[in-house]
Amino acid sequence: MPPRDKPPAVVPRMKPPSRLGDQVFSIFTLCMAATVLVLILVVGWQLWSGSRMSIHQFGFHFLVSSDWDPVNDNYGALPFIFGTLVSSVLALVIAVPLSVATAIYLTELAPLWLRQPIVSLIEMLAAIPSVILGLWGIFVMVPWLRVEVLPILQRYMGWCPLFHGTIYGPCMLAGGMIIAIMIIPIITSVSREILVSVPHLQREAAYALGATRWEVTRIAVLSYAKRGIFGAIILGLGRALGETMAVTMVIGNTPQISASLFAPGYTLASVIANEFSEASDLYLQSLFEIGLVLFCVTILVNLLAQLILKTFAGATVKQ
Amino acid sequence: MTGSVNNHRARKGLSACISVFTLLCACLVVAPLGLVFIHLVRMGASAVNLDFFTHIPSGPGEPGGGMANAIVGTLILLGLACAIGVPTGVLGGVYLSEFGTTRVNWTIRFVCDILNGVPSIIWGIVINGLIVIPMKSYSAYAGGLALGCLMVPLVMRTTEEVLVLVPHGYREAALALGIARWKTTVHIVMKTAARGIITGILLALARVAGETAPLLFTALGNNFWNNDLSKPIAALPLQIFAYAISPYDNWHRQAWAGALVLVSFIFTLNISVRFLTRGKPVRV
Repeated sequence: MPPRDKPPAVVPRMKPPSRLGDQVFSIFTLCMAATVLVLILVVGWQLWSGSRMSIHQFGFHFLVSSDWDPVNDNYGALPFIFGTLVSSVLALVIAVPLSVATAIYLTELAPLWLRQPIVSLIEMLAAIPSVILGLWGIFVMVPWLRVEVLPILQRYMGWCPLFHGTIYGPCMLAGGMIIAIMIIPIITSVSREILVSVPHLQREAAYALGATRWEVTRIAVLSYAKRGIFGAIILGLGRALGETMAVTMVIGNTPQISASLFAPGYTLASVIANEFSEASDLYLQSLFEIGLVLFCVTILVNLLAQLILKTFAGATVKQ
Repeated sequence: MTGSVNNHRARKGLSACISVFTLLCACLVVAPLGLVFIHLVRMGASAVNLDFFTHIPSGPGEPGGGMANAIVGTLILLGLACAIGVPTGVLGGVYLSEFGTTRVNWTIRFVCDILNGVPSIIWGIVINGLIVIPMKSYSAYAGGLALGCLMVPLVMRTTEEVLVLVPHGYREAALALGIARWKTTVHIVMKTAARGIITGILLALARVAGETAPLLFTALGNNFWNNDLSKPIAALPLQIFAYAISPYDNWHRQAWAGALVLVSFIFTLNISVRFLTRGKPVRV
């Protein structure tokens, strides 16, 4: 024991609590919270470094060339970008009216006892894995479309290029429908939350003017909530763009650009799912570049959706 | 309202029509759930038997066989995913609710929400590049890591949401007794919210249990038993996918049976969450 010059003048009865534990704990939890930042950077970096050769070789041409030819090592992503856009837009066309109408029904029009059961059912729909919807799509929905729906569409709407051409079964329309089923729950639940957050004063004011239930919804609720609902739709678009398994199973997986919805198509996500495991070298790099394109697009779409939704929520709080 | 201000009956009629129309839309939205469920039970129930839970897959076209290895594989993958996703997600959520400053929190929450929107297939190829290529083998570790990465933002957001609900008085009371802040957080705040945290973890598990895309190029799938985590491992969703796109009737039946088992597992998780949170509103 080292000799001490002089003892402390005052001996404290209790030591002040150590701050060390708090500091360690807060830094440790901060590191854990920061992993999400690390994750997003790692994903971006890995996709970029995995596709460097392909980016160097094809440049911007990759995005506008429709040539996907593994045999001659020539790659262009246009058919997949086209397929992703068409199937997602189709899904939105089907899903948006249904989801928004359901959300309106659930918050404004439905009898109270019916609301919670429907909400639970929609949550259950959201819980069904993509691969199982795909299984159902292959064995139930596609045969039904081929036998019952598509011939009728062709007979009455065949003049329109969208409904023209040979009926195979797996097609762009089937892909769009499956994606619609997958994004309906998220658009519905986010829209519902937006509608619920509309201040009651808005509704009461409209009722006081003698408006009917629908008029209250249209004038007081929807006009107030339309920006938030738009955000919900964009969020749904983000999910639609990235849907993989179910789409892969019903869309036909043929890299072509066709105006007809009866023709098979291919999406960015499904080409990765189908061809990644057998690819190497430049082929693999091109698939990584497709992943990079998909990543950037979904990040941008989600960014937009979150900004719209967050500013909407902010406006509500300020009210 | 223009033009029909005085026509009260017509306006009431329109209102009623819209009610009926939106009700029909709601029915249409719920219809796929019923259809999928009916077909799952009709096609799958006949193939779910004891063999299904005790045997490994039979060869193409051969009768019999089961998915025992895929069921165990899925449980192993979920265990690995929890080992990665739960500590990270929960502690991250603790930071957001207990320590973070407004700006840092906003950024991290924002990134979480963006990460939730990243397509799951992207995780598959990224983990493939990070783990599978350097290790020169598909592995259960890679699959678990991919699922774990999916879980992190989900668990972090729900943990934060439930911790924020713990009344401030609890924290103040503990701090007033001279208990260190980290002990307050662990023993008082997290313990009070334990149910909510577990709910969030179960929901995240239910969400990733059915994921196929991130496993395609990480866990790969396996037709045999495998106890070595550094080797390819079977998983229920992978097996369903492989069987669904195969040309054999027997395998199709097995795919339906696997789908029925997987959906039952996921719904059980979801329902047990309801049970845990009886009467308490929890955002999903």
